[in-house]
Amino acid sequence: MHEVVIAGIGQTRVGEHWEMSIRELAGTAIEAVLKDAPGIQPEALYVGNMLAATLSRQSQLGSLIADYAGLENVEATTVEAGGASGAMALRVAYLAVASGAIEAALVLGVEKLSDQLPGETEAAFATNLDADFEAVHGLTMTAQAAMLMRRYLHEYDVPQDGFAGFAVNAHANGAGNPNAMFQRAIKPETYARAGMVAEPLNMFDVAPPADGAAALLLTRPDLLPDDFEHSPVYIGGSSVVTDKLALHNRENPLNLEAARLSVERACAQADIQPKDADLFELFDAYSIYSALSLEAAGLAEAGQGWQLAQNGGIGIDGELPVTTFGGLKARGNPGGATGVYQAIEATLQLRHKAGDNQVPGAKTALIQSLGGPGSTAITHVLQSYPSDA
Amino acid sequence: MDIARHWRLKKHRYALQTENQAEAVLAVVGPSSNGHKPHLEEQVAQPETITGEIYSFATVFEAPEGYQEFAPYPVAMVRLDDGSLITAQLTDVDLDDVEIGMPVEMVTRKLRSTVEDRGMLVYGYKFRPMLRQ
Amino acid sequence: MVDQNDLLIPERAVGIVGYGAYVPRFRLPASEVSRVWTGGNAGLPIKEKSVPGPDEDVATMSVEAARNALSRAGIAPTDIRAVWVGSESHPYAVKPTSTIVAEAIGAVPNTQAADWEFACKAGTEAIVAAMGLVGSGMADYALAIGMDTAQGRPGDALEYTAGAGGAAYIIGPAEEAMAVIEASYSFVTDTPDFWRRAYQKYPEHGNRFTGEPAYFKHIHQAGSALMEATNTTPEDYKFVVVHQPNTKFPQRAAAKLGFQPEQVKTGLLVPEIGNTYSGAAIIGLSAILDEAEPGDRILLVSFGSGAGSDAMALRVTENILTRRDKAPKTQDYVSRRTEIDYATYARYRGKLVMK
Repeated sequence: MHEVVIAGIGQTRVGEHWEMSIRELAGTAIEAVLKDAPGIQPEALYVGNMLAATLSRQSQLGSLIADYAGLENVEATTVEAGGASGAMALRVAYLAVASGAIEAALVLGVEKLSDQLPGETEAAFATNLDADFEAVHGLTMTAQAAMLMRRYLHEYDVPQDGFAGFAVNAHANGAGNPNAMFQRAIKPETYARAGMVAEPLNMFDVAPPADGAAALLLTRPDLLPDDFEHSPVYIGGSSVVTDKLALHNRENPLNLEAARLSVERACAQADIQPKDADLFELFDAYSIYSALSLEAAGLAEAGQGWQLAQNGGIGIDGELPVTTFGGLKARGNPGGATGVYQAIEATLQLRHKAGDNQVPGAKTALIQSLGGPGSTAITHVLQSYPSDA
Repeated sequence: MDIARHWRLKKHRYALQTENQAEAVLAVVGPSSNGHKPHLEEQVAQPETITGEIYSFATVFEAPEGYQEFAPYPVAMVRLDDGSLITAQLTDVDLDDVEIGMPVEMVTRKLRSTVEDRGMLVYGYKFRPMLRQ
Repeated sequence: MVDQNDLLIPERAVGIVGYGAYVPRFRLPASEVSRVWTGGNAGLPIKEKSVPGPDEDVATMSVEAARNALSRAGIAPTDIRAVWVGSESHPYAVKPTSTIVAEAIGAVPNTQAADWEFACKAGTEAIVAAMGLVGSGMADYALAIGMDTAQGRPGDALEYTAGAGGAAYIIGPAEEAMAVIEASYSFVTDTPDFWRRAYQKYPEHGNRFTGEPAYFKHIHQAGSALMEATNTTPEDYKFVVVHQPNTKFPQRAAAKLGFQPEQVKTGLLVPEIGNTYSGAAIIGLSAILDEAEPGDRILLVSFGSGAGSDAMALRVTENILTRRDKAPKTQDYVSRRTEIDYATYARYRGKLVMK
């Protein structure tokens, strides 16, 4: 396997892009990534997308976007793994480049969620669940997360505002991210006063679905142009693990087993321990997932993941910074594009170009995306040094 | 309309029942069952109420298309008496009265909205508080 | 004059081997209808009526009643040879309710299945047919259900009473019966007192014409003829139940047949659940069976607009004592009660204009 680096990054702001179609969003991100890493010609385009077939009435994004972006005749396809689609596209591009079959690959995460009304969007998101045994009962992603959180609160002794730390941290970091949907910090009282979305989830426990597109350019370090201006970011570990699709089929629904294994395998490949990571871009579509992900990664005991978010432990200067550009909560939840945003944010940290949000001395980043409630879990280890260093 | 899709699952949907043991594991809680072993012979000979208790629950306010007629409605994961876990709506209960551990029994109800005048009706299992304590 | 030959009595003695009731949990007080439509000035024909939840219809309600009947019968659902559902509110215009019920209770595929319609007597019509199927020896068990989610035009007199509920009966050999059906008699004429044309949402009715020439005449003719032909008198019966569209009608009709109020009251559910149409007479019967003692005789007379009445004479057996507690009682459903206001009722019953 060849070493693979992230050579370029490009993103649109996450939000309600009423005036842009899915192809325009994609084109904007690709234009940005090619500008960020000039002189590298992509041979393939892997599009991470979750719901275009339903919400944009569009399949074959590979062809659509390659054509729109002027990437004539490249290999291109869509990769889908629910909310982890973008991370899956990164995985596919990584394998393609690492194998030597492709020399440079574009990874695009794109999602256009604002074109449909809430009922249609809810129904589309619910396709991430088991259609015959979960979604048919009117279950939604939000209600499922609420059930997990309620059970968590039932099993463990968690105070009323125990999850506030995740939202407060996300919004504090969103304030330093010009591409975030929400760029204002919130106070813990704001969390405590927030209206319920689906008890016990309040509006600050739920990341807002939004439009967005983000792109990466992957290649081999030996193929970087001589005048390459960035410090390259290496993909040190990459792991995709699936769990039972339906939450009720799992031995213990509060154990994100796929998340646990994917962290374990990605870290083993990178030869690090999860605690060695300087930051963790986790998948906070719902605050309960943040706690469960931290526990699955072995960074907290079962039932104690929420405690890491208390007392600033996950802040930029904390012991383990998480969601350093606002996470899904403040940056916004652009569905299947999310994993690519996470990789861009980690890349900015490792290039030491994160501005006010810079994690001092960041060398190693853990990024993780979840499809559904951890039905698919994808973890990557990004590092500022080559694997054999 | 998913006509054949709902039809294929009717035994499971209507009564958590299956035609034979071979299909049972697939049909009772989905393709990757966690070990639910339906007591088929007893069920065929003498239908008994399927009961369990609430593992967790939530209320759906923002309902997907096809379910908006019922919103707000409670959904739950129910731990059946045989130990398996299943996802279903709760019915015949006030939202404020639902709690983890509440004993519930299976009933058969309309699963999807019938507001679209021309579609087929979809029936399936839901759970409600025990009618008789 | 009616004689033995006019009665419907099968060759093989039959009876009720299992029965089960169902009533939804919501109740709309009649005073709510009066409040909205008459400023609270209307006389109230009942106290309150049952209202189905948004996820209920005749199919789901029939399934639960049928499961209760099966529990009491103690037979395998696969032994049932007919599943017949009588209603005037079948969920589909074309597609049987009965196949849904048969599938849900596990009675498929070796069975008859069909939906019956005769205004409020579709349920007893199905029972008489089941008596024929079992009584002829063609089958050992047949399931007959009368169930409705009755419709009433907003503001109409029927809106006060149009309720939801019914009961399921498994007819089988008399030896296994909880109550033997000793004889039945049906009285039918063409009398247009109430109808609903195709594609119409709400029924029309002849107002006071629904009384004497329709309801009272048919019930009286059927009830008195059956007693005459079977040489019985009201004193021979512990209980009587007749179709109950409101509180007064059944009491007057029973009195006219010669019955006393205490014979009527056990089966008189209409004040608390409303008129359950195809279910009305037979859910009264299920309430009686919940209370009756071995040897008690029961007279039942249904009425369906259009018009006709089925009368049946039943005798309770010893089996009642061991089997009736195997399922929820009728009163378990009647007393399970969640009151709603007119607005919630309008929402649940699809009376709000959504398009």
